[in-house]
Amino acid sequence: MPWDRNDMAARAAQELEDGFYVNLGIGIPTLVSNYVPEDYDITLQSENGMLGMGPFPTEEEIDADLINAGKQTVTELDRTSYFSSSQSFAMIRGGHINLSILGAMEVSETGDLANWMIPGRLVKGMGGAMDLVAGVQRIVIIMDHANKAGESKLLKKCSLPLTGQGVVDRIITNLGVFDVVEGGLKVIELAPEVTMEEVRNKTEATIVGS
Amino acid sequence: MKKVFSSAEEALNGVLKDGMTIAAGGFGLCGIPENLIAAIKSSGVKELTIASNNAGVDDFGLGLLLQDRQVKKMISSYVGENDLFMQQYLAGELEIEFNPQGTLAERLRAGGAGIPGFYTATGVGTKIAEGKETKEFDGKTYVLERGLRADLAIVKAWKGDAQGNLTYSKTAMNFNPECATAGKITIAEVEEIVPVGSLDKMQIHTPGVYVQRIFAANHEKRIEQRTTRAA
Repeated sequence: MPWDRNDMAARAAQELEDGFYVNLGIGIPTLVSNYVPEDYDITLQSENGMLGMGPFPTEEEIDADLINAGKQTVTELDRTSYFSSSQSFAMIRGGHINLSILGAMEVSETGDLANWMIPGRLVKGMGGAMDLVAGVQRIVIIMDHANKAGESKLLKKCSLPLTGQGVVDRIITNLGVFDVVEGGLKVIELAPEVTMEEVRNKTEATIVGS
Repeated sequence: MKKVFSSAEEALNGVLKDGMTIAAGGFGLCGIPENLIAAIKSSGVKELTIASNNAGVDDFGLGLLLQDRQVKKMISSYVGENDLFMQQYLAGELEIEFNPQGTLAERLRAGGAGIPGFYTATGVGTKIAEGKETKEFDGKTYVLERGLRADLAIVKAWKGDAQGNLTYSKTAMNFNPECATAGKITIAEVEEIVPVGSLDKMQIHTPGVYVQRIFAANHEKRIEQRTTRAA
């Protein structure tokens, strides 16, 4: 059985280390916060200007001045600090954040990432993604292995405009965990009942090793 | 010199010109100078270039300025919440210069700090770096980005005083401090103007030197994504 989005988020939570400062992208990556080991001291950064992001508020706690980078209402913790946007990206670009877990449209076998633009169709913008992939120590991607048309999202070369070049360290899909290594992608782990043959059939990118 | 004004309209008097560049604070709808934006809409000024992380939503924030096509160009990192923006952009009626969020923040910071350009790894190897100078430092490639100044900066703070000193609330700070430094003229709208001396002098985020005009107003503070957990 391939992983569902919660399984993928749970697997991604294994990338956390005690004491990490982490930035989670919008979508499935946000679910990772549900799987943080209880004995770990993890601080979530939100690039709109907050370190130490708390859970969603109760109806009574809602504060319009307190949102995350997905524009959702959140709460603060005892450890929380607030700062301006340039300060926020100083800690991102300056390599002070240990890990960022992001979604993607496409990833190439050389670690290129495309997750911000479909030319002529969709214009939203990259938000903080380009800065995150350029500056954060380790970049882990969570995404479905194939797009809605059933085509591999792990490619030899991205077809969409890039968010960053050679920036991805690890990819977690519904089929397994893949590392970007010399020569292509290396299978680190397979989801239950998923075979190497299935992965090879469903992946355009070069799979290296056995 | 008197910095305190009674309303957004009065504070904007004599400042607006067609074709000007405006830097606007805010992230999503959080910490946006909503009264100044509404007054700019009423003024009818047009051909504006606006540097702001987002473009508001269709009927609030900077989206209001799109309704009457007052904006020629946006410099933003993310405009996904605004359908009107999408329509005008895809129809070729609105220019967009996408800046990575951290690059936009640093461009404003640098502009306000008298730094004309800086090198960043953000965007190297992407469309963002096309046509821009790159340089290698210690074996890594960086792209040259320009500091950004604006004819006018509009910001929203929590409390301010008659000297123009400002403090922000929580994540409503966001781009406001950077915008405040980047404006040739900076106008701040605050929830409350407090007596000079009553703000904690060690907690002032924007010193008054950056702020030329200030007024107090009510704020709707619309919430884009109201997410809650059970009590």
